[in-house]
Amino acid sequence: MAEAITQLDIDRSVGDFSYPEQHAYDAGIGLTKDTIHYICDVKGEADWIREFRLKALETFEKKELPTHWATEDLKAINFDKIRYYLANAQRSNKSWEDVPEDVKQTFERLGIPEQERKFLAGVEAQFDSESVYSNIKKAVGEQGVIFVGSTEGLMQHPEIFRKWFGKIIPTGDNKFSALNSAVFSGGSFIYIPPGVKVKHPLQAYFRINAENFGQFERTLIIADEGSEVMYMEGCTAPKFDTATLHSAVVELVALKGAKIQYVTVQNWSSNVFNLVTKRAIAHEEAEVRWIDCNIGSRLTMKYPGVVLKGRKARGEVISIALASNGQHQDTGAKMIHAADETTSNIVSKSISVGSGRSSYRGLVHVPRHLKNCKNNTECDALLINPTSRTDTYPAITVRGTGNTTQHEASVSQVSAEQIFYMQQRGLSEAEAMSLSVNGFVNDLVREFPMEYSVELKRLIDLEMEGSVG
Amino acid sequence: MKSLVIKDLSVNIGDRKIVDGLSLEIERGKVHAIMGPNGSGKSTLAKVIAGHPDYEVTGGEVLMDGENILEWEADERARKGIFLAFQYPVEIPGVTIANFLRAALQARLPKGEELEAVAYYHDLYAKMDRLEIDRSFTSRSVNEGFSGGEKKRFEILQMAMLNPSYGILDETDSGLDIDALKIVSQGVNALRGENLGILLITHYQRLLNYIVPDVVHVMMNGRIAMTGGKELALELEEKGYDWIGKEAQPAGV
Repeated sequence: MAEAITQLDIDRSVGDFSYPEQHAYDAGIGLTKDTIHYICDVKGEADWIREFRLKALETFEKKELPTHWATEDLKAINFDKIRYYLANAQRSNKSWEDVPEDVKQTFERLGIPEQERKFLAGVEAQFDSESVYSNIKKAVGEQGVIFVGSTEGLMQHPEIFRKWFGKIIPTGDNKFSALNSAVFSGGSFIYIPPGVKVKHPLQAYFRINAENFGQFERTLIIADEGSEVMYMEGCTAPKFDTATLHSAVVELVALKGAKIQYVTVQNWSSNVFNLVTKRAIAHEEAEVRWIDCNIGSRLTMKYPGVVLKGRKARGEVISIALASNGQHQDTGAKMIHAADETTSNIVSKSISVGSGRSSYRGLVHVPRHLKNCKNNTECDALLINPTSRTDTYPAITVRGTGNTTQHEASVSQVSAEQIFYMQQRGLSEAEAMSLSVNGFVNDLVREFPMEYSVELKRLIDLEMEGSVG
Repeated sequence: MKSLVIKDLSVNIGDRKIVDGLSLEIERGKVHAIMGPNGSGKSTLAKVIAGHPDYEVTGGEVLMDGENILEWEADERARKGIFLAFQYPVEIPGVTIANFLRAALQARLPKGEELEAVAYYHDLYAKMDRLEIDRSFTSRSVNEGFSGGEKKRFEILQMAMLNPSYGILDETDSGLDIDALKIVSQGVNALRGENLGILLITHYQRLLNYIVPDVVHVMMNGRIAMTGGKELALELEEKGYDWIGKEAQPAGV
C-alpha cells in the first residue's frame, strides 16, 4: 500500500511541477534535445539514462522510415507535430463531453464500469485500482518479485535492470525503437527471482496510472532461472486518445529454464499509429510465449520475436489481428534459432473487415550449423467483405540437414451459404457473421486468460455488427 | 386450422422461371411429400420458403398461420417457425454444435433473457441419444468432417431442438444407407404431432416407407402436377414421371 501511494504522489508532483513552468521548460510539440532534457529533468533521471536518450535521438534522426518494405502510410506521421511527453495535468484536461459518442457507446455495450470508462477515455488520470494493486504487490512482494514502473525500475534497481535494458532490442534496431529509447516513459519493469513461480498473472492494469498508458511505453521483464510469470497488458475496451503515435518497446529475458507468457489485448481508436517492437531472449530450456491480439488503430506494425539462444529453448507467437474499415494490421513474428534443439511455433489468424487490410510478416531463421531445430508456422486469413484485403510475407530460412520446418497458410471467406445456413436457424446476419468469425479464431482465443477471451468474443460481436447489411 | 399456405407462387433466378404459379397448403399435424424429377423446382421451393436471398419471388404469397412471410428475412422466418433441413448442410469451422444450437435458441428468447444452460444440455443430450448421435459431437464443429449420415442426423437434431411449426426436409434421404435412413426417419416420426406440419421433398419413394405421408404431390415444371394419397408414391416408383404430363390436370389445394 505504502509504495502504491508513493507512486501516486510521484505522478502528482510531476503534474504540479510541470504546470506553472510549462512555458519555460516544455519543448512542447516536436522533438529536439531540449525535449529529452525536459523529460530527464522532470523524471529526475540519472546521467546514464540522459546519455542513452540523447544517443537514441541521434539514431532516430539518422534512420529512414522503413518504407522500402513497409507501407507508405508511415509518411503521414508528422514527427514535428507530436507531443512526446505529457504530464498528468495535461492529460486529464479533457472532459467526458469531449469523448466521441461511438466510444461512449462501445463502453456502454461492453459493460465497462463508470469509473473505468472515464479512465479509459483519458478523462481521468487515475483509476482507483489501488486495493487490487496493493494486494497483488503484497503477494508478489513476499516472493521477492519486483514490479514497478520503468522510471522507478531504473532509479531504484539499476543493478538489475541496467544489465538488460536496451540489450535485447538495441536502440538502432529500427527507427521506432530508437524513438522509444529517446522519449520512453511508462511501462513495467519486472524481475522474478530464481525458482519463483508467480501464481497470478501480473497486469499492467493493477498499476495503472496515466504514464503507464503513455505513448512510448518501455517494458522489461527478467525471469531468473527456473521462474515463471504471466504478464498481461491492455484491455478490450477501445482506448480513446488524441495522441496519434504510440511506439512501445518490450524486452523479455527468460534465463535458464524460465517461462514467460506475455499477453496483449489492444483495441486502439482508428486514428492511432501503433508501432511496436517486442523481442525476447530465451536461454537454455527456457520458454517464451507471446499471445497477442490487435484490434483497431490506423496502422499497427508489430512482430514479436524470440531469440532462441540456449539449447532446447522454445518460442511461440500466437496472434489474432482484426482490421476494420480503413485499418491496417501489419503483424507477424520473428523466430531466430541460435542453439541446437530449439523449437518455435507461430500461429497467426487475421480477419479483414470492410476495407480493412491484414498483413502477415514472418521471419524464421535456422542456420546450417544447428541440429534438431523445429519450426511450425501457420497463418490463416479470413476476408469478410469483397473490399477486404490480406497479404502474407513469410521469410523462412532453414538450413542444415537435421532441422525441419512446416508452413501452412490459408485464405478463406465467410460464404453466403454459411450465412444463410445460420440465418435459417434463427441468427441475424450480424450474429451469423460474429459466430463464424469467433469460430475462425476459436482455437486461439482459448489461449487467452478467461476474462480476456470472453471480452474478445463480445468485441468481435460488436465489430461484426457494422460489417453487414 | 393453422397451416402454411403457398398461393400462386412464381420464382425466378435471373431471367429463368423456376417455380411457376405453384399453390400448396401444409396443415399442422400433416406430412406432405413432394416428389418430382430433377430440375422440377423442388429444392428451389424449399429455399424460397426459407428466404434464400438468391431467388426472386415474382408473384404469389406464402402465408404462415395467416401471415405473409415473404417480407421477412430468413432469420425472422426461422425464429417464427420455419425450419429447413438442408440437402447439403454447410460446414462452419470452429463453431461447435453445442454453441451453435445454443446461439440459435438464444436468438429466440426475448432480449435480456438468458438460456438456462443445465436444461439446455439435458434436452440436447436426450435428443442426441434418440438420434444415436454420440455425445462427444457437441464439441465438434458444425458439419465439419461429418459423414453424409451424420450431417442428416444433425439436421434432424436441430429440428428437434428448435421446435418449428413447419419443417421442410429437402432430400433428407439422399446419401443415407438403410440404417441411417431408419434412424433419421424415426427421429422425424418422433417429432410428428399436431403442432408440426412437415413438407418432405424427395426424389425416391424409399423414404416414404419410413415416414408415411398424408398427402403426396408431384411437382413438374415449377408447379404441382398431381396430388394424391400415399399410394401415389408407389405408383410413381413403378411408372416414373412421364405419364403424368399426359393425364394430369394441375392440382391446387
